Amino acid sequence: MDTQVTNEHDRQEHYLNVDYGIRSWLLTRDHKRIALLYLGSITFMFFLGGIFALVIRLELLTPAGDIVGADTYNKLFTMHGVIMIFFFLIPSIPAVLGNFLVPLMIGARDLAFPRINLASWYIYSLGALFGLWAVFTGGVDTGWTFYAPYSTTASYTKVVPTIVGAFLVGFSSIFTGLNFIVTIHRMRAPGLTWFRLPLFIWAHYATSVIIILGTPVIAITLGLVAVERVFRIGIFDPALGGDPILFQHLFWFYSHPAVYIMILPSMGIISEVITCFSRKRIFGYSFIAVSSLAIALLGFLVWGHHMFVSGQSVYAALIFSVLSFAVAIPSAVKVFNWTATLYKGSISFEAPMVYALGFIGLFTIGGLTGLFLAALGLDVHVHDTYFVVAHFHYIMVGGAIMGYLAGIHFWWPKITGRLYPETLARIAALIVFLGFNLTFFPQFVLGYLGMPRRYYVYPPEFQVLNVMSTAGATILGVGYLLPMLYLTWSLRWGARAGANPWRATGLEWQTPSPPPTYNFATTPLVTEEPYAYPLREAREY
Amino acid sequence: MLERLGLMPTQASTVSGDVDALYLSLVGLSLVFSLGIAAALAYFAIAYRRRSEAHEAEQIHGSLALELVWSIIPFTIAMGIFIWGASLFVTLKRPPDNALEIFAVGKQWMWKLQHLEGRREINALHIPVGRPVKVTLTSEDVIHSFFVPAFRVKQDAVPGRYSTVWFEATKTGSFHLFCAEYCGTEHSGMIGTVTVMEPDDYQDWLSAEMAGGMAGTAQGDDPLSVAAAGGELFRGLGCHTCHRQTAGALGPSLTELFGSQVSLRGGRTVLADEAYLRESIVDPRAKLVDGYQPVMPTFQGQVSEEGLMQLVAYIKSLAAEQDS
Repeated sequence: MDTQVTNEHDRQEHYLNVDYGIRSWLLTRDHKRIALLYLGSITFMFFLGGIFALVIRLELLTPAGDIVGADTYNKLFTMHGVIMIFFFLIPSIPAVLGNFLVPLMIGARDLAFPRINLASWYIYSLGALFGLWAVFTGGVDTGWTFYAPYSTTASYTKVVPTIVGAFLVGFSSIFTGLNFIVTIHRMRAPGLTWFRLPLFIWAHYATSVIIILGTPVIAITLGLVAVERVFRIGIFDPALGGDPILFQHLFWFYSHPAVYIMILPSMGIISEVITCFSRKRIFGYSFIAVSSLAIALLGFLVWGHHMFVSGQSVYAALIFSVLSFAVAIPSAVKVFNWTATLYKGSISFEAPMVYALGFIGLFTIGGLTGLFLAALGLDVHVHDTYFVVAHFHYIMVGGAIMGYLAGIHFWWPKITGRLYPETLARIAALIVFLGFNLTFFPQFVLGYLGMPRRYYVYPPEFQVLNVMSTAGATILGVGYLLPMLYLTWSLRWGARAGANPWRATGLEWQTPSPPPTYNFATTPLVTEEPYAYPLREAREY
Repeated sequence: MLERLGLMPTQASTVSGDVDALYLSLVGLSLVFSLGIAAALAYFAIAYRRRSEAHEAEQIHGSLALELVWSIIPFTIAMGIFIWGASLFVTLKRPPDNALEIFAVGKQWMWKLQHLEGRREINALHIPVGRPVKVTLTSEDVIHSFFVPAFRVKQDAVPGRYSTVWFEATKTGSFHLFCAEYCGTEHSGMIGTVTVMEPDDYQDWLSAEMAGGMAGTAQGDDPLSVAAAGGELFRGLGCHTCHRQTAGALGPSLTELFGSQVSLRGGRTVLADEAYLRESIVDPRAKLVDGYQPVMPTFQGQVSEEGLMQLVAYIKSLAAEQDS
């Protein structure tokens, strides 16, 4: 870039330099600024949850209890789970990248309800404050699953504040989901028909449907736990006339679909990144789009596979098992289509692409090991062991977080107007991939050997695999710290990004980086399908 | 070999080989699929890497035939695995009729087990090799889970209800018993040992003199059998004053109850199994027997879970006496 462009860039007004005051951030209704507020909040929560994970792994380095006590350990894995799931993963991609990109990708000036969008961040923050209050005034030890009657009767920790926190962030998700659904229905640019929508939008649409239908159920369930705990009204505790299995049904009715809230947006990112860096149309567009909806619908019908050994009837178990196998198919279809997209492409390997390729590999392993857990007779043995821990980390960390990092790098130039350091980013992506596999692959073996999850001390024969896992976790920690550092560095010293540094299709690349407050100088007109590579003209702004 | 490499646990029950076969088949299938995907990714990444800025991709929209192939084939395989897993599960869920009965109560943080003949153990279970064993599980407080990796079996012990798990050991030796459902501070300390013995050794062990205070409700040398202890409890609680065989008794007779179909008020019938008996003791008004008034008080909180299991065993023994 020559100096002329740089000067022009500095003069240009965009959403970041339009106003610098604190009020302009805290009272903003700009979806892009709200996305950045979320980015700050969830990054803080991610590193807090990550510190807990590291202490857990250090504790498990030896079979005996060494650095923390049993109660502290139980609180650590609980707070790691609660923070990572409710305060990081569920809001991560939708509230940051979705918030930033949904209006840009469909050619809209903002989301349909900018004030509700801002309110959602405040509600999230209030929920996060409750969560942090619980963490810093003694913690909570129920496991992120809050199983009754332990959570309602036996735990002497900060269960209610944690529940209030999770309850509140649920509402912030609902606000975001509602906003996306209305925006995608009503505010698409002229010519942007449903089957011209980027797959990122399809994924967010499906996610929003799950959020709106599922989140009220977890809110009610957690509310009932609080009611039983505080007022001793028998709902789940059999000593009070309740039924503990009822809790599990209600909890997993939301919490299984919640897995798809975490992974679908990530899948949307992968579709954008793969097409861009192979400069090729997506293979099987409509199959990928419709498979997102299929996952959203089928995902609501499989919650009982978390309860195969809880004592539900054999018939219920059979039905939940067969449906769980069925939900694997749309996910497999996506993987096959992404792979086929590379065929005869023009492929380059910038950091987002490295993350995306890593995502495909790790998500494939995560998905295949899901079949082990859906197979009834086998699940009996591996249920509640480290096999399950490894499986869901492959989906939620190997899948969701790899996708999130792919997306953060891919759209970083658009969000900040700066390029990140490419070589460092590629190295970080490889470190994350290697560290992740070293951390979690041994846990599959540990689980099949029979090591139960949530064990503070364990029999000595499990030590070697635990040492491998802990070694991997430290590498993974470095892999996550690096982007934090170089992305921050790039804010000031990164090279200026043009409007479209990747030569990608998509409306978000047809406006300057960073975009102006209302996104587009004139509403774009869409005349072709998405991913219409090769890009016919590289327009500069 | 996988066992010696430390990649698989010992196979010590009749089902462990079957579970491992399914596991290894799935491992094989996963290797085929994931290595296939990885090979395709690697090949495409190398063959179609961008050699110059002028290198254009060949635009392909998709292929209905391929979409069908890669939906239908995985679906068919998935259904095959479903059927395999389901048939194994049904086996795991159906204890054989001749199974030895053990009663187990989980509590924070120990397993309390009792043999039908009365011998009790804590965090230890002795069983004979080559004989099916059925464990009836419940919990005194929160949910626990009875897990023996060497047997490939697991079942939650849920407060307020009974569940069962069965296994037949094929190997003598000592194996881990774990609690697999998180239950609080000492969850990872809620572990024990399953000792599998030759049948003769088991008989000797069973009749061996007990350590003081471990024996049933009796004070003597020989422990009372579970059913006999239940009988003592039955009389001690005064159950027999209403549950008599004479006409006009306040409560229904229990002699032929277990295993029968009971007619309830409102025309429904219910199978008199362990869960029904337990419920009728702690919540007598939940299922009222046709022709009787709701006069029985609840015994919720007055009888321990072990006492309830003894009462149930006693009522079962009454029916068994009638049969023979």
